Amino acid sequence: MMEIRTPKTGKAKRVLEKRAPKLVETGKKTLILHGTKTSATISTVLMELYRLKKGGAIKYSRRNENIRPFESGGETSLEFFSLKTDCSIFVYGSHSKKRPDNLLLGRMYDHRVYDLIEVGIENFKSLLSFSYDKKIAPHEGSKPFICFTGEGFENVQELKQLKEVLTDLFRGEVVDNLNLTGLDRAYICSAISPNKVFLTHCAIKLKKSGTIVPKIELVEVGPSMDLVIRRNRLPNEGLRKEAMKTSKDKPKKKIKNVDQDEVRGKLGKIYVPDQELQKMPLADKSKGVKRERRESKRKNKEEGSASKKKKESE
Amino acid sequence: MDTETDQIYQVDVGNLLAFNPNHRFPSAPSTREELVKECITEGTKLVQAIADSLFNFPSTETSDGPLVQLPPPTTKLPREKHLPRPKPPTKWEEFALKKGIQKRKKDKIVYDEQTDQFKRRHGYDRVNDDNDIPIIEAKATDEPGEDPFAKRLDDKKKRVGKQEKNRLQNLKTAAKAGALPSHVQLAATALPISGTKAQPKKIGKEALGDVAGLAATSTASGGKFDKKLPGEKPPKKQGKHHQYLPVVPKYGVVDEEKEQTNKVLSKIFSKHSHEILNVGKAINMYNDKKEKKKSGRSDKLKPKKNITKKKPANKA
Repeated sequence: MMEIRTPKTGKAKRVLEKRAPKLVETGKKTLILHGTKTSATISTVLMELYRLKKGGAIKYSRRNENIRPFESGGETSLEFFSLKTDCSIFVYGSHSKKRPDNLLLGRMYDHRVYDLIEVGIENFKSLLSFSYDKKIAPHEGSKPFICFTGEGFENVQELKQLKEVLTDLFRGEVVDNLNLTGLDRAYICSAISPNKVFLTHCAIKLKKSGTIVPKIELVEVGPSMDLVIRRNRLPNEGLRKEAMKTSKDKPKKKIKNVDQDEVRGKLGKIYVPDQELQKMPLADKSKGVKRERRESKRKNKEEGSASKKKKESE
Repeated sequence: MDTETDQIYQVDVGNLLAFNPNHRFPSAPSTREELVKECITEGTKLVQAIADSLFNFPSTETSDGPLVQLPPPTTKLPREKHLPRPKPPTKWEEFALKKGIQKRKKDKIVYDEQTDQFKRRHGYDRVNDDNDIPIIEAKATDEPGEDPFAKRLDDKKKRVGKQEKNRLQNLKTAAKAGALPSHVQLAATALPISGTKAQPKKIGKEALGDVAGLAATSTASGGKFDKKLPGEKPPKKQGKHHQYLPVVPKYGVVDEEKEQTNKVLSKIFSKHSHEILNVGKAINMYNDKKEKKKSGRSDKLKPKKNITKKKPANKA
């Protein structure tokens, strides 16, 4: 037997509609969580990543026992969390003797693990260790510039994947219109060796150059770290093909009450409510204008004249 | 400067992304500071490259600053969820297509002849409302003793139930195609999986009362001398629950007990006794028992009986 379940409140319905698959997607949310053991480094890395991603990220603060996505059956709870929070990128931090300061980056497709890449954190420098003019500090949720340098990002398979994951992680929402004054941050990633990437976060200073294009200066505001590639898993080929599908046509939102006419051009229909002149209040509120009195007066007159006539006829 | 301009960057303005695949460190940086500095200068060049194209786009001035229209991103990234799938046609839509029935718009407000008024087509105070008819005229075909009002209500209920059934069927086909509306969930009300334990049901008020009554009457005195709790109700089922037939019948009366037992025996011993036996069920029961025995043997949690017994020494 089956039962139809629908949300009982409008709010719940709206939430579900927000989570439904869309033709044009709005942006991926990030889930930040950690395992049973973390080092001081990895917990600060997670904390600061959360700060950078604020607005588009959810951070779990409890320990999570059975998250081992590289092993079979170790991704179940991750997939459940993804379903629960509607996040499709996850950052999982852990620390062990075999893999110290371990950061696992991964993406989800339809709440299933899509691909995974594991990196170790080295030479970590926290946000707090940088001193700079606080006026240039990047604002929360601003659109970042993302830069990749080094041939490794083109030739080495793992780095290629890392580049894609980092782009997905940092780029935020795809926007149509951009305010140029809101540009205040950049992520710099450079491949220093075939298995090592230097990643840092910079603030942007726009300086006058005499032309329309300002001269750009980067100030490191942190965090900065080295990512050492460890394990990775590429997406399944069939899954990748499916996930890369895009809609050719954007959904057209119908504009109500507007028509296109070949001869007359654009036509709009405007609703004008009925002018109820009877009920319209008059600006002048003097005694003479009050309708009731006038009407009663008239009535009295008519009655008076009618009775007179009657009398006359008699 | 010339060498810099010659370098080709891959720029994706939609994502504000730039990639320099040709960069090589001129000399291996010896210290960390040098490396960071080198990376940041390289990054500055890339950001400048994005900004060059970005600031040259036509912009519109707003009170907050210049707004620029970004081109769509060129870097292909995987989707978050699958593309929305088209909804399969409902049974009615299929039928309508086959028959060429087209959708027509109906007015929301209809003229009602009975009251000489315009009324809503559906809902409260609607046109041709059954509830407005106080008298139903009897017909020759009417069955005596049937309440026409109750029948009308019953028919309505049946129609609504049928529609609900159709709706569920259509939703099921939609779910199969993966095109269930986002706000609808189809949930199984019971899990018909054989071989598993039945889901423990929520105990209702009625059942709890029954259990309480049973407990109250299971003392030696049948609950007669027990202290009542405040608010405790008297047990619902009092008195006999079974009637046993007398073993020794009264004189002149047919022995009912004997007859009953004979009936069962004759059924078993009859020629077609296999027909009254549910063979499938019997086999299942037998297999179940066998399995239980087997699993009981391998159960490690149960203490073994011969744990204290010493093994008999091998006699050579």
